[in-house]
Amino acid sequence: MAKTELRITGFGGQGVILSAYIIGKAASIFDNKYATMTQSFGPEARGSACSAQLIISEEKILYPYIIKPNIMIAMSQEGYEKYEATMKGEGILIYESNLVKPGKNRTKIKKYCIPSTKIAEDLGRRIIQNIVMLGFFTAVTGLIDYNAMKEAVKTSVPRGTEELNLKAFESGYEYFKKQKK
Amino acid sequence: MEKIVRVMQGNEACAEGALKAGLGFFAGYPITPSSEIAEILSEKLPVNGGKFIQMEDEISAMGAVIGASLTGVKAMTATSGPGFSLKQENIGFACMAEIPCVIVNVQRGGPSTGTPTMPSQGDVMQARWGSHGDHPIITVVPNGVKETFYLTIKAFNLSEKYRNPVILLMDEIIGHVYEKVELTGLDEIRVINRKKPEVPPEKYLPYDASDSDIPPMANFGEGYRYHVTGLVHDETGFPTNNPEKIDKLIRRINSKITDNVDDITEVEEIYLDDAKIGIFSYGSTSRSAKRAVSTARENGIKVGLLRPKVIWPFPTRQVQELAGSVKCIIVPELNLGQIAHEVEWAVRDKVEIIKINRVDGEPIRPQEILDVIKRVA
Repeated sequence: MAKTELRITGFGGQGVILSAYIIGKAASIFDNKYATMTQSFGPEARGSACSAQLIISEEKILYPYIIKPNIMIAMSQEGYEKYEATMKGEGILIYESNLVKPGKNRTKIKKYCIPSTKIAEDLGRRIIQNIVMLGFFTAVTGLIDYNAMKEAVKTSVPRGTEELNLKAFESGYEYFKKQKK
Repeated sequence: MEKIVRVMQGNEACAEGALKAGLGFFAGYPITPSSEIAEILSEKLPVNGGKFIQMEDEISAMGAVIGASLTGVKAMTATSGPGFSLKQENIGFACMAEIPCVIVNVQRGGPSTGTPTMPSQGDVMQARWGSHGDHPIITVVPNGVKETFYLTIKAFNLSEKYRNPVILLMDEIIGHVYEKVELTGLDEIRVINRKKPEVPPEKYLPYDASDSDIPPMANFGEGYRYHVTGLVHDETGFPTNNPEKIDKLIRRINSKITDNVDDITEVEEIYLDDAKIGIFSYGSTSRSAKRAVSTARENGIKVGLLRPKVIWPFPTRQVQELAGSVKCIIVPELNLGQIAHEVEWAVRDKVEIIKINRVDGEPIRPQEILDVIKRVA
């Protein structure tokens, strides 16, 4: 892997930026790679489509913006519709199955979905939806080391919520592993 | 050796750098994309023994910073676009009264409220000439998270050394980008503090420049009572209309910067030794320029980059030297050509200046610069 471009999109308040931050931290602090993260959002703070862009590379990154994502994680329909075209018909699409309905097209995009909000609710708190998604992402892509991701989750969430968040991460990870069997 | 390894954004690095430089007071009014600086300092500064205050607007925040600095603490404010406009009058006051302070402007798209969440380099001339009158200014322009940390410290050091406001001119990309940062040798960082008077209060003349262009500065509250004004003043600090004294003051506050350009200026030079094409680029755009240069070099094109870390005072000598050895200078920037104009002035028709400009809220891509390099190669 020389360079991977990743976009996470959802609505403001869903933890889009934190998710990208955690992946970037896992890659650069715990997995010996380089990462940069930038974010796009509108002037309004909550509820609108927002997006975080992440570049993970074996070498130092100068230009921190993505040109064509290899991987996109969509957690809202608006975000999906706004950014789907940037994939240019290739790569991996990961989405929240109850919140995103991808259009039918004959592209080469590989699609994987998870009801991460429902899983988070079953664990007791909807707010950990993004961490469920991160577990799923880790299993689907194999891009970042599993333990590095767990370490990054543990050190990035509010104190006292580590256990719950790690459980959320595991649930997302296992959801894919079970699907594969 | 003290060391920090962390994923952080530019705004965070700015806050950390300010603390390292000895920040004692922050006053501000939150505005995107600078708000994280205030947010982080509201938490960390009081714990470090400093004071944080959110003011009713940017004008009063700048006023509070000036007042705080007069008591001897290192003071800072952070803002963006419209807030930077509001601060200009008080920045001029600080220049005139020679009050050290640091003003952070994380540039967003303008004019007016413009595009709050998008990057721009549209305030680079405002940083120089936003306040009225012939006034001295220093402006530093970091191009990454790590550099923001070190240049914030440099900004404080320069402001203390020269008794002058220093502008830390960031942009939305640098403020918000997250990168892994390794800060090493932290215990060896040099921190400069303003020179204090050695005479007793009754003999203190606050603006006596007979020994140095930068008069010693007494802290309010330590027995030294003196007058501070935005009016032209003599060595006592009281207003004067004496033409000779007016001339002396205005020339001195400017020459204390222009006579020390070599001490203040800092540039990075990449592949300039044998370059036939030059690029002059600063801030976030210089990252794209650097990428374009290395790609062009892989293709055998002799191109080099001159990147100022201090943009005001302008590195005229370095630009002129560059003009002496290249056939053209490419100036990419996120505005309609503000610094290109300054480069043109410095080289005076000696070489062609090629501008690359974007004002659509998007960064300049490395490919756009590379295309121009290939065209002129």
